Amino acid sequence: MWEVPVADMAVRAPHPPGFKHQFEDMDQQREADSLGMWVFLVTEIMFFGGLFATYIIYRALYLPAFETGSRLLNVKFGAANTAVLIGSSLTMALAIHAAQAGKKKSEQVMYLVLTMILGAIFLFLKFNFEWRADYHEHLIPGFHFIIRSEWGAAGPHVPMFFCFYFFMTGLHALHMLIGFGILGTLTVMAHRGRFSSEYYAPLEVSGLYWHFVDIVWIFLFPLLYLIGGRFAIAGVH
Amino acid sequence: MSAHVVPVKTYLGIFVALLVLTALTTGAAFIDFGDLHTGIRLVDVIPLNTVVALAIAVAKMLLVILFFMHVKYSSGLTKIVVMAGFLFLAILVSFTLADELSRGWSPEAGGWNTPVPMILPLLGGLF
Repeated sequence: MWEVPVADMAVRAPHPPGFKHQFEDMDQQREADSLGMWVFLVTEIMFFGGLFATYIIYRALYLPAFETGSRLLNVKFGAANTAVLIGSSLTMALAIHAAQAGKKKSEQVMYLVLTMILGAIFLFLKFNFEWRADYHEHLIPGFHFIIRSEWGAAGPHVPMFFCFYFFMTGLHALHMLIGFGILGTLTVMAHRGRFSSEYYAPLEVSGLYWHFVDIVWIFLFPLLYLIGGRFAIAGVH
Repeated sequence: MSAHVVPVKTYLGIFVALLVLTALTTGAAFIDFGDLHTGIRLVDVIPLNTVVALAIAVAKMLLVILFFMHVKYSSGLTKIVVMAGFLFLAILVSFTLADELSRGWSPEAGGWNTPVPMILPLLGGLF
């Protein structure tokens, strides 16, 4: 294919749909697509990183309060949601695979819809069970938070933990809501047959985003739910 | 010429590994691993439960990044950008901690109230 000068190739040579003319070939375009998305994800790492760094500092300063708060979270929902989100990452990867392997567009649509369903299950468990229970137990700072006497000296700082909990899981949930918009758009595009084994960049970069959101949760789960000395109350729950 | 296509079998294997690690980390939270005493200032007491939980989280993250996000099959340039992201995160966390953890350190045997000669009188006009 290199008989044609590079500058002219884009105009003259036959090219697959979705090929942008500023690139030399599809491989270069694919690499640029992924690289650009990763640069964005680096900014996302730093965006969440600010919260993680602050969490580490305040956890060190108010350790008993953070451990008390952590043990008030429902680890069953946390673990179930981790599994659900990992499942949605799998279906997202399979949607991309379906396009790469040149499978029918109905298969791409099926996996994308499955990804959205699993994402919806995650948010349903989080909002309808966890956050609703937190509200009824007066554990949301700013919404009649009640400091319990059984928390002892750590009590006044427990709201600090819940501020982090709601900011971090809330920011994560916001990313998932944005993900639904992206997945919905992808589903329509897949239904219209926009993706092929040669061109599937929107699927690939959106997949990177969705997996990134999964990774954030992979760290939120142990940081918020698990490392608060849960073994100390193992017999209670 | 096209991108590396990861077989479905690999994806399913990674999925199962991630589920197993999730079960492991959840179970490990209910076992008291105790503390590791290093005798080194600032990191004298290392809670092993935290170490186990974060080690499993890092393992899960690597599986997702390498296989689900295709970084294992990506160009060297992409790999460098990914590592740069975590390098900057490490700088953010370590520099913030270095500041926060060293604030209680005393510069003089007599503590913070030890009069510092020379410089303060010169700056006295400013305060």
